[in-house]
Amino acid sequence: MSTVRVPPVLRAAVGGVRELPVPGSTVAEVLQSLYAAHPEVRAQLVGDDGELHRFVNIYVNDEDVRLLGWLDTSVDDSDTLLILPAMAGGAR
Amino acid sequence: MGRTYQDLLAAAREEIPEVQVAELADRLASDEAPLVIDVREQAEWDEGHVPGAVHVPRGYLESRIAGVARPNEPIVLLCAGGFRSLLAARNLREMGYDHVESLAGGFTRWKQAGNHYDVPQTLTAEQRARYSRHTLIPEVGEAGQLKLLGAKVLLIGAGGLGSPSAYYLAAAGVGTLGLVDDDVVDASNLQRQIIHTTDRVGMLKAESAKIAIEALNPDVTVNAHATRINRDNVLDIIADYDVIVDGADNFPTRYLLADASLMARKPLVHASILRFEGHASVFLPYDGPCYRCLFPEPPPPDLAPSCGEAGVLGVLCGVMGNIQANEAIKVILGIGDTLSGRLLVYDALGMSFTELKVRRDPNCPGCGPDAHLEFRDYDAWCAGIGRHVGAVQA
Repeated sequence: MSTVRVPPVLRAAVGGVRELPVPGSTVAEVLQSLYAAHPEVRAQLVGDDGELHRFVNIYVNDEDVRLLGWLDTSVDDSDTLLILPAMAGGAR
Repeated sequence: MGRTYQDLLAAAREEIPEVQVAELADRLASDEAPLVIDVREQAEWDEGHVPGAVHVPRGYLESRIAGVARPNEPIVLLCAGGFRSLLAARNLREMGYDHVESLAGGFTRWKQAGNHYDVPQTLTAEQRARYSRHTLIPEVGEAGQLKLLGAKVLLIGAGGLGSPSAYYLAAAGVGTLGLVDDDVVDASNLQRQIIHTTDRVGMLKAESAKIAIEALNPDVTVNAHATRINRDNVLDIIADYDVIVDGADNFPTRYLLADASLMARKPLVHASILRFEGHASVFLPYDGPCYRCLFPEPPPPDLAPSCGEAGVLGVLCGVMGNIQANEAIKVILGIGDTLSGRLLVYDALGMSFTELKVRRDPNCPGCGPDAHLEFRDYDAWCAGIGRHVGAVQA
């Protein structure tokens, strides 16, 4: 089980937790497991074409999966998968 | 029988050639410029001196001359009016400095003749006291403090992030702070926007922040830009500043700043906040990744709630705003390792800092080699018009 860290905007969709253990040996498998357990997450991360939205960054530990093996990047129990949409808040 | 001051001067004039201001100016401009030694006191030197001159107060001249000049070197001594230098020159002559002259009329006549002179930048006595905890740090020192005093930082937003960053940058003695904010202080701001006060509710935030900063540090010039930054005014506003601190509260402004900072090649110090989470990074145009290397596109509005919609812990603003102030100071001073190439993610609930690597994207729509950088309709783009409908375009 990898650890998935959930950004504030998605926490309601996973029952309010900041991180949760999710099974899978690749990023794609972890995401599928996450969607199966929490279907609302899928609606927010994936477009109608089944692809991850471009505004969503996924990191395995500290590295962007765009620079690793994208969704085929392998993960194990020691890895943390971090979902990171941009945040805008600052002034108001 | 003793000799009077006039006797001493007269004797010195017989021994020491005097050079006129116009001649010194010509010789300094030539290939055979003499070494000019200014023998006045520190306070006189600080008010201005001949460019290129070396400062050795008369009281130290004999003890320090060996480290400054060779005996066969042409030397012109100067003081304020030409008398101290004349007497000092006799002593150098006795020490074997045979080509020593004295400037007739001294620095006063040099200045009166309209010649160029340098006024060295130094801290005033008040500034030495105020910034002593900075100047004690070897990486800052008096030179670094002078850099800060000469620096101009533009803060976008005088709100949650802008309050602490503006406050600390002002305390640090950043000489010019620009504040861009068209909003007015509301009672709901005061839980986190500490630069404002209860009795200033209803006032423009830029004006309220200006009052606070000027009360804290009179060294700081505050430019209050009570306007919303947009594609028509952004380049004019940022042109006068060295560093931009992005504390905006919306994606259109953040993407506008990302593009403008690339166009104007201004370092952009980024932070954003929501609830208990903060992000911070530094974007150095074409020298590191840009905002759009990190986030090529904004999320749609339903995935990008503002703090006004989703809430934010007040203290979080202080943590992230001060990280921005810290990074802005490092950028100005050129010290340490900035957050360029890293996104710092702070989780205030878990009290953890996570660092993510950010690399320059060779296909970046902002700073990539094939990018066509031009302003767009950021409001429409961030609202997802023509973009988040259906599949995301590659």
